[in-house]
Amino acid sequence: MFRNISELVEQAGDGSISGVMLEAEAESTGKAKEEIISRMADQLQVMKRSAREGLQGLRARSGLCGGDALLLDRYIQKGSRLTGGAFPRAVNYAVAVNEANAHMGIICASPTAGACGVLPGVLLAAQEHLGKSDEAITMALFCAGAVGLVIANNACISGAQGGCQAEVGSAAAMAAAAVTELAGGTAEQAANAAAIALKNMLGLPCDPLAGLVEVPCIKRNAGGAANAMAAAEMALAGIKSMVPCDEVIETMYRIGINMSPSLRETAQGGLAGTPTGRRWKSLLWENESPQPQP
Amino acid sequence: MKYRSVFDIIGPVMLGPSSSHTAGAVRIGHLARALFGREPRAVTLHFFGSFAKTFRGHATDVAALAGVLNIPMDDPDIRNAAAIASERGISVAYVPEDAVPAHPNTLKVELSDDAGSMSATGISIGGGMVQMTEVDGFSLRLSGESPALLIFHKDAYGTIASITRLLAEGCININHMEVSRSDRGQTALMVIETDEQVAPEVIENMNRQKNIYKVITLNI
Repeated sequence: MFRNISELVEQAGDGSISGVMLEAEAESTGKAKEEIISRMADQLQVMKRSAREGLQGLRARSGLCGGDALLLDRYIQKGSRLTGGAFPRAVNYAVAVNEANAHMGIICASPTAGACGVLPGVLLAAQEHLGKSDEAITMALFCAGAVGLVIANNACISGAQGGCQAEVGSAAAMAAAAVTELAGGTAEQAANAAAIALKNMLGLPCDPLAGLVEVPCIKRNAGGAANAMAAAEMALAGIKSMVPCDEVIETMYRIGINMSPSLRETAQGGLAGTPTGRRWKSLLWENESPQPQP
Repeated sequence: MKYRSVFDIIGPVMLGPSSSHTAGAVRIGHLARALFGREPRAVTLHFFGSFAKTFRGHATDVAALAGVLNIPMDDPDIRNAAAIASERGISVAYVPEDAVPAHPNTLKVELSDDAGSMSATGISIGGGMVQMTEVDGFSLRLSGESPALLIFHKDAYGTIASITRLLAEGCININHMEVSRSDRGQTALMVIETDEQVAPEVIENMNRQKNIYKVITLNI
């Protein structure tokens, strides 16, 4: 088993991070590779179902969010005005999966539920754009999982411990590495993509309104997906991260433990502490069964 | 390493909205129920730290109760846990606590029925992974990822050896083991996580050993 990103890249050699992760999983569990791949293919189908569910235009019980994935879908179908290719769809699917999550739908945490839109957003959009098979996307999920395992073991992946940088930041690093490999990048390029994506999200607090995984979580997932795409494009162009990925991960951890508890999933500081955030909190926390607001 | 499998990261498949505050809470509920060994008549859930502040918004209360009721992680029935508990005549209390816990996502579960009561505390460490940190006042570290034995026994020499000898004879491999003593007299708790499930006859044999008070099995 690899302990950090540099070992992961070293073990990949001329091969892929996905391949190293699959080998390591087979070795540690004693299970056949086919069985492991088949379980990962199931996770991909859960991701696809949650994206489709979100595209229906779900509204959360709280009244705080919903319907945005549908708006994006219509906008893209008419021809998005600024960007093209996989980019607007990555944003669209990230929002869709997170709206399904806020609606208490069935999702695949990656690495957490709050950040579950980033990875499917990036990979499903890239799948359509590049014309990749489900098998190829399933393998890309192993690459994402490898990066996530290193971050989870060497830093943290919960907003309560490390803020949003630990959730959406980690998801963005995972997605950046996975989509880099999917697009034909090397293991080293994937590691650079992960480092760049995580660097761009350092310091991000976990500050959702009324403690719900809705605002700003859903749009932050879209931001994480966009950031992962930007990082992957840079890495594929041959750009390197000046600070190695393992040092970025350690930095994320140190920033997390120094972050005030009010910014770590307690619905107190950051956006949760704005007049709007406080208003929603008193509205939703006093009511036992929140009603949608006009 | 806290996380071992790729599916700890790409997973679990779960009901939203939060892996630590919803899925983790279901899991702590499942483990507490498994340790209690039967459906309780009364449940009290104590929320600490981030759980205390946001348990309604993340449905941590509903999720933990669903866990105690043994509803699976990806079952939409989790949403109806409160109604299911009241149908079954189980009384439920939710208590947000002010005390600052060692870990921000801490949940204490108290379960009881006519035959007895038990308390168990768990922490949710992210991505749906949990650790049990306390059972009936004894501190421990239990991931719930492997089968486990919790053996309450008299703090006397030879007791641990008598148990490990039975495991060796049953060809059971230990992957983690720890012993803690409470300040409540002479009782100690041995926690043994094993690679294989321990057969009922081995457990029976353990119960017959000198100085063994109670053996709780956690079958995963």
